[in-house]
Amino acid sequence: MTQYLLRLFVSGQSPTTRRTIATLERICEQEFAGQYTIEVIDVAEHPELAEQERILATPTLIKQLPRPVRRVIGHLADAEQVLMGLDLLHLDEPMDRHDDGAVPRSEQAL
Amino acid sequence: MEKLSTGVAGLDHITDGGLPTGRTTLVAGSAGCGKTVLAVQFLVSGIEHYGQPGVFVTFEETPDDIRANVAAFGWRIEEYERDGLLTFVDASPEPSGAETVIGHFDFSGLLARVGHAVSKTAAVRLSIDSLGSIFDRYDSGASARRELARIVTRVKQMGVTSLITAERLEEHGGVARFGVEEFVADNVIVLRNTLAAERRRRTIEILKMRGAGHRKGEFPFTLIGGDVDASDTGFVVIPLSAMMLDHDSTTVRISSGNDELDLMCGGGFYRDSVVLVSGATGTGKTLMATKFVANGADQAHRCLMFAFEESHSQLVRNASSWGIDLRSYEDSGQLRIISRYPEADSLEDHLVAIKAQIDVFGPDRIAIDSLSALDRVSTERGFREFAIALTSFLKERKIASLLTTTTPSLLGGDSVTDAHVSTTTDSIILLRYVEVEGQMRRAITVLKMRGSQHDRSIREFLIDDTGLRIGDPFQRFTGIISGHVGPLRDSAGD
Repeated sequence: MTQYLLRLFVSGQSPTTRRTIATLERICEQEFAGQYTIEVIDVAEHPELAEQERILATPTLIKQLPRPVRRVIGHLADAEQVLMGLDLLHLDEPMDRHDDGAVPRSEQAL
Repeated sequence: MEKLSTGVAGLDHITDGGLPTGRTTLVAGSAGCGKTVLAVQFLVSGIEHYGQPGVFVTFEETPDDIRANVAAFGWRIEEYERDGLLTFVDASPEPSGAETVIGHFDFSGLLARVGHAVSKTAAVRLSIDSLGSIFDRYDSGASARRELARIVTRVKQMGVTSLITAERLEEHGGVARFGVEEFVADNVIVLRNTLAAERRRRTIEILKMRGAGHRKGEFPFTLIGGDVDASDTGFVVIPLSAMMLDHDSTTVRISSGNDELDLMCGGGFYRDSVVLVSGATGTGKTLMATKFVANGADQAHRCLMFAFEESHSQLVRNASSWGIDLRSYEDSGQLRIISRYPEADSLEDHLVAIKAQIDVFGPDRIAIDSLSALDRVSTERGFREFAIALTSFLKERKIASLLTTTTPSLLGGDSVTDAHVSTTTDSIILLRYVEVEGQMRRAITVLKMRGSQHDRSIREFLIDDTGLRIGDPFQRFTGIISGHVGPLRDSAGD
């Protein structure tokens, strides 16, 4: 069950891009194991998706779910800052309570 | 070098044909000087006149704002978008603004979108408005310069002719705010919006045009709404060097409306000449202008009269006191009178309005009474530019023109206007008051008559209910024109 849907817009396959993807996977594995999906989109290959989401900078990480949508720009150096930017920092302990509230709401939104 | 028309006739003129094809041109200017209008007009002109599609990248205003703002110029933006001729890339700030910056980034996302829009639209022209503002949103500090250079370099590789606007923080000093814009672009145009002698003055200057010729110096420009009955809308540049001295000249003469004056001029004015009538207030300038258009209308010439000193009804009333019925000429469509208050507009707007009237009405003769009334609304420099631009336009159109100017002093003297206009006019007629033997009398002389013999004497004239009656020369006096009249010393007595 995907509870966390994250889309990462990158440009090309540079070492920095690979490192950004790896950082994001590590954060997700650590915090939301088994509950997340990451979509990586290369703007050079899919400019129409970049247009749709009005992407200017790369990398841009969009947290589609749970709502509200949040964006983080830049190479994701610091895990704590990334979570804060996505509004996900304090979800650890009260996870169960949030589950009940957040999931149906996101499904409605979809 | 091949160039693309900008859609602004005056700008095409000073750039010797427009923007160099396949290159980037930076247009730098402070807020509110008309950058966005020029950026849109560049695309609209390509679509309307050359079938060249365009892409507009907007960083500040939303596409909706731009559609609404340029609607006043009569450009059918939405229609072009529907037909796939124009595509917006919306890079305006997200209303939510919920973005956090963590670590380094670049603008590849933007470049991918621009490249996509360019290929999808098959764009020939690209406008970016305004480049620097993206760096305000992302506090990227030192990397702004590097990114800016990268964006411009990538745009060059897209094979389009691009116009990129940039914000200037002040009217003087650096070309644009990041200090690198002018080095990465091939060409640089600066727009200025300054306050001189309490008048707003907008000018455009081509600072650099790599490998291509252009005119030097600042040229005035203005913005004209599409509701005005004009051939020019939007961004209108007034080129001073439009004056080409290769006009063919004619030997056909027309009447000034006064038989004696025609004789003094050697048989009348040339049909394509610009005549300046200079005189103090009350010397009969308006009368001469009125006679000139009435005579034209009598001969089925189309005549246009601009009055900047009197209202329409005053003009009609004065004319009727000299036995001229202006209303009947207007009713028959031979004459159009436009009376405007000089202060109602800026000088640039007056010039554009005069040109528009000429384009629409297509006159054979024009009278402007008086040109000097317009020097109240401008600086001396602005007025000189106006006078040159106007007279060169009249000559280009080969319209018989009579311009009046008012001298500030009653006796003798000349006006600022005379100095600026006299070299570009073909003929000059002076009307002067003369104080002779305790009486104010009037004198007329033809100072210059290009390409023709003329009477060089200074004659006395009267104004009665038929108009201007020219009499005998003042033979016994000197110093009439300078205003210091004295008896002519008899050479035989010396």
